[in-house]
Amino acid sequence: MTGFWIALAVVVVLVGLYLSQTAGRLDRLHHRVDTGLANLDVQLLRRSGAVLDIASSGLIDPASSMVLADAAANARSGIADPIDRAQRESDLTRALAAVLGSREDVEALSSTEVGAELVDSLAGAVHRTEMSRRFYNDAVRATLQVRRQRLVRWFRLAGSAPWPRTVEMDDTIPAGLAGR
Amino acid sequence: MRVGLVCPYDWAAPGGVKAHITDLACALMESGHEVSVLAPWDGGDDVEIEPWVVTAGRPLAVPYNGSVARVSFGMVTAGRVRRWVKDGEFDVVHVHEPASPSLSMLACWVSDGPLVATWHSSQDRSRAMSVAYNLVQTAMEKISGRIAVSEKARQTLVKMIGGDAVLIPNGVTCKNFAVGGPLPGFPRQGGTILFLGRIDEPRKGLQVLLAAMPAILLDYPDLTLLVAGPGDTKDIQESLPEAVREHVQFLGLISEADKVSAFKSSDLYIAPNTGGESFGIVLLEAMASGTPVVASDIEAFAEVLEGGDAGVLFANEDSDALAERVVQVLGDAPERERLRVEGHRRALEFDWEKVSRDVERVYESVVIPGVKVEADLSGQFWGRFG
Repeated sequence: MTGFWIALAVVVVLVGLYLSQTAGRLDRLHHRVDTGLANLDVQLLRRSGAVLDIASSGLIDPASSMVLADAAANARSGIADPIDRAQRESDLTRALAAVLGSREDVEALSSTEVGAELVDSLAGAVHRTEMSRRFYNDAVRATLQVRRQRLVRWFRLAGSAPWPRTVEMDDTIPAGLAGR
Repeated sequence: MRVGLVCPYDWAAPGGVKAHITDLACALMESGHEVSVLAPWDGGDDVEIEPWVVTAGRPLAVPYNGSVARVSFGMVTAGRVRRWVKDGEFDVVHVHEPASPSLSMLACWVSDGPLVATWHSSQDRSRAMSVAYNLVQTAMEKISGRIAVSEKARQTLVKMIGGDAVLIPNGVTCKNFAVGGPLPGFPRQGGTILFLGRIDEPRKGLQVLLAAMPAILLDYPDLTLLVAGPGDTKDIQESLPEAVREHVQFLGLISEADKVSAFKSSDLYIAPNTGGESFGIVLLEAMASGTPVVASDIEAFAEVLEGGDAGVLFANEDSDALAERVVQVLGDAPERERLRVEGHRRALEFDWEKVSRDVERVYESVVIPGVKVEADLSGQFWGRFG
């Protein structure tokens, strides 16, 4: 009989260790998800900011300016969560692809010193956006993998933390900016 | 930005990862960042090291992943890593080759904050990885930005721990290879070819090249083969046939400056590596020096040489094919000139100036303003259960 109790105690301790360890892991993963999303948000805002700068620079034609300004303003208007404004950000990507889709367009714009600076800061922003989203989605996938485990669900190890969602948007680098 | 770079391999021994970190550190400092590199060191106490390198004790030689790795591990080393992280106040810590059992893995384990990791080599998921999976995973899961230097390295990462990575290739500091002249006595008539790398490491493929030598000497009886790299030459010299021995010149371990000179002394650089390479940085260095490359057709090399446009490929581990290609190219001056021009153009595409800018973008997309990387106690054994 004593043997049974000892075995039970060992099992309880082991399960307890496993649970507390997994809880710590989940905590770290959620932290990575949170900072990842905050980072993506910053990069998206920098991107739309850089687009607005170009639109108002007077260095590109007025029609292109309007297309860019509209898409950028739309992306910046009021939706705080990047997940919810993914559609608008994708539209901005499409507008960028249309306006800065060729090397010639970009080279024409960067022929002046001011233009070159604007292009550089936009190029940096679109590349960083693409990386941030990839890193964030990576963190989400890793977190979901742990949260789907049975023990994690049964013991509610994730507490009341909402299930993280990936950001699905088009962040293709416009052909004119690739490699810059 | 304050950047902490971690090298898993002995800083005293030359190697691809060390060269990558050195160049990255220099490029980052040139663009105004503060950099500290943490690496194992086995070069003795009285040797001068770069002022931005912090040593983490002596590496141990252990058999790992089909080769001998010189790495650092253990609780004492982990303590040193933690101190480095704590004192460094880094905005981002960038570890290299985090899947090798060394400093980089420890750095992931003990730090908390923006972490970036670069995967260099391709390897199959090891048994070691499965056994220690839980601990390794905890370390890996903290990495918020992942970089792979090649498609193959990226696949390794995906297989090993899942997820994704951005592809940023290795860089080469082209301007360092534009200066300097050949070694004394070179270039010489009769042809000179060059091998670089550990001579007692079968995956570097020296044996493939040595086996091709008799056939090459038939057409070029005055040819010299320069062999530059660490390792015991005695056994190899004894195993060579008399006729070949006098045509092979062992230079031993050479400095970076002598490496450039060795390239400039040679008509061809031969890379007979049989595998385990995920990127051909030495190929790019030869190309930046203006030396045409003949390389085995392993995936990584074929990618760098654009399938044979920017250099010559031969069937991997096939000494006859290698001999045939070498004889062909040595006899075709216009083709060598074309390879020189194409190779140099290709090398410029991988110039560090461009590559480090991409790495900076990764940093910028993971750093959190006002947050420094801290030593993480929860990564420790007992902390894991707290």
